Amino acid sequence: MSVRTRRWLAGVLVVLITLLHHDGWLWDDPSLVANFLPIGLAYHAGFSFVASLVWAVVVYLVWPTEDEGDWGAQQ
Amino acid sequence: MTSLLIIVGYLALLLTVALASSRFAKGTSEDFFLASRSIGPFLLLMSLFGTTMTAFALVGSTGKSYNLGVGVYGLMASWAAVVHPLMFALVGLKLWQLGRRHHYVTQVQYFRDRFQSDRLGQLLFPILVLLVIPYLLIGVQGAGITVAAVTKGAFPTFFVDAAGAPSGIPAWLTGAVICGVVLTYVFWGGIRAAAWANGFQTCIFVVVAVLTFFTISSALGGVEAATAATMAKRPELLIRGQSIGQAQFLSYGLVGLSMGMFPHIFQHWMTAKSASTFKLPVIAHPILVALVWLPCVVLGIWAAGQLSVPPAKANAVLGIMVAKYTTPVMSGVLTAGILAAIMSSLDSQFLCLGTMFTHDVVLRGELLESADDARVIWIGRAFVTGVVLVTYLLSLVSNRGIFDLGVWCFSGFSGLTPLVIAALYWRRATRVGAMASVLAVVVSWSVLFAMDSMGVGGEHGEFLVGGVMPVTWVFLSSTIAMVVGSLLSTPPDAEHIRRFF
Repeated sequence: MSVRTRRWLAGVLVVLITLLHHDGWLWDDPSLVANFLPIGLAYHAGFSFVASLVWAVVVYLVWPTEDEGDWGAQQ
Repeated sequence: MTSLLIIVGYLALLLTVALASSRFAKGTSEDFFLASRSIGPFLLLMSLFGTTMTAFALVGSTGKSYNLGVGVYGLMASWAAVVHPLMFALVGLKLWQLGRRHHYVTQVQYFRDRFQSDRLGQLLFPILVLLVIPYLLIGVQGAGITVAAVTKGAFPTFFVDAAGAPSGIPAWLTGAVICGVVLTYVFWGGIRAAAWANGFQTCIFVVVAVLTFFTISSALGGVEAATAATMAKRPELLIRGQSIGQAQFLSYGLVGLSMGMFPHIFQHWMTAKSASTFKLPVIAHPILVALVWLPCVVLGIWAAGQLSVPPAKANAVLGIMVAKYTTPVMSGVLTAGILAAIMSSLDSQFLCLGTMFTHDVVLRGELLESADDARVIWIGRAFVTGVVLVTYLLSLVSNRGIFDLGVWCFSGFSGLTPLVIAALYWRRATRVGAMASVLAVVVSWSVLFAMDSMGVGGEHGEFLVGGVMPVTWVFLSSTIAMVVGSLLSTPPDAEHIRRFF
């Protein structure tokens, strides 16, 4: 996979997770998950864990390996 | 009394851990302020997360969800899962690279150099200081409120309220003790002690947040019974409904951008050992935020089913729940956890202000290069002490809600984010644009804050302008000023710009 494709993919993932934050469809939904957790709250709790996964993929795809170690000090 | 003994024991343990870090101290000013740029992934994660989670996250989130309901988690915590890692990766990593290359210790040094402008530094310095102070106040206030609620009636001989009834340990005493403890280890150990203390305290308060959740839910008859009580008394808190507007919810995302301009976070970024060190904070930060915020928000809505605390006193809800539904031993442990969260932010903030006064005001440029390390460290210590004293005195007179005070403080920093983004990614950004951007933040933030203080524009229990958070307008005005100011002024020297790209 080229660097450009990786960056593009990482960008799409970040935009997608940002869009998923706005769960307008659950705004007035009073359902409970596991009989105690309001569904709007359960969605956002799950969102936090999915976001962590997305960041793991982004780091895998585009982390700047050329900037490792003493890169800064060698300039 | 048992609770108090546990709290005192915890503070003693914290001091031991933090001061033990001095075994690794090198005695240089770079070590005191930046831990010789040697911090690894785990401690960086703990420092960044611990510094971010303050009374705002524990005391403020519980109080806010007690008033507004479940939507509070989405306003801050799940936005933080997207925006904070984005700032670590886009801003933190890049600044770390430049910081190593050009030996920056403070943000002002970077901006002064990037835009070749001393005036920008002179303008930015007081603004950063003035915005950090409310953040510090949140911590000291939150500690006072929580300990007062937990220890209410424990010392009837010593502490009584104005009506003569037994009260808890007064906020002024709690504030003095935690300021004293934090000052002690920051004074001797600098940022390395703060990083060690943050690592220790962050582990404690994450465990305590989860423990609080299970202890209180058990006392309330189980999670289902606790939610049922809220559903019967305040069903509107289980949905967002009318309590939070859709545009308001969306605009809260901009509040999280403040992470890109916090001076204490900048200082922690500078301590990183390598670029790889940033990977763990980027990935794990959202999970840690969830582990702390989820129990607090749920406790807030459960409290609404059990207590009848007036909305203006919602900051005390967490302390009251802990005192009412746990044993004295658990109460002591839980309070220690809350104090851990608060102190893990205070240490970095105290130190960053001391660092800024030392590097940006007293020892600028050649003065810094010619000063010997011992003198630089002692100047830093003197300023840290001064900042702690001023904060403590201000905490005695401040009475704004913790969540709202926090949001205002974050909004100011978010407004400054276009400055750092442009400095890092836009070669055409000029000093005129940078000055215009900072001034736009000052003007828009001040006007909106004054309107809020005068009670103009309240909606959904919060101050909104056009249905969105004030941060939207501060951020927009800052961005426009940066773009217009830069395009209307002479482009920066190409040779100079190459040093930064």
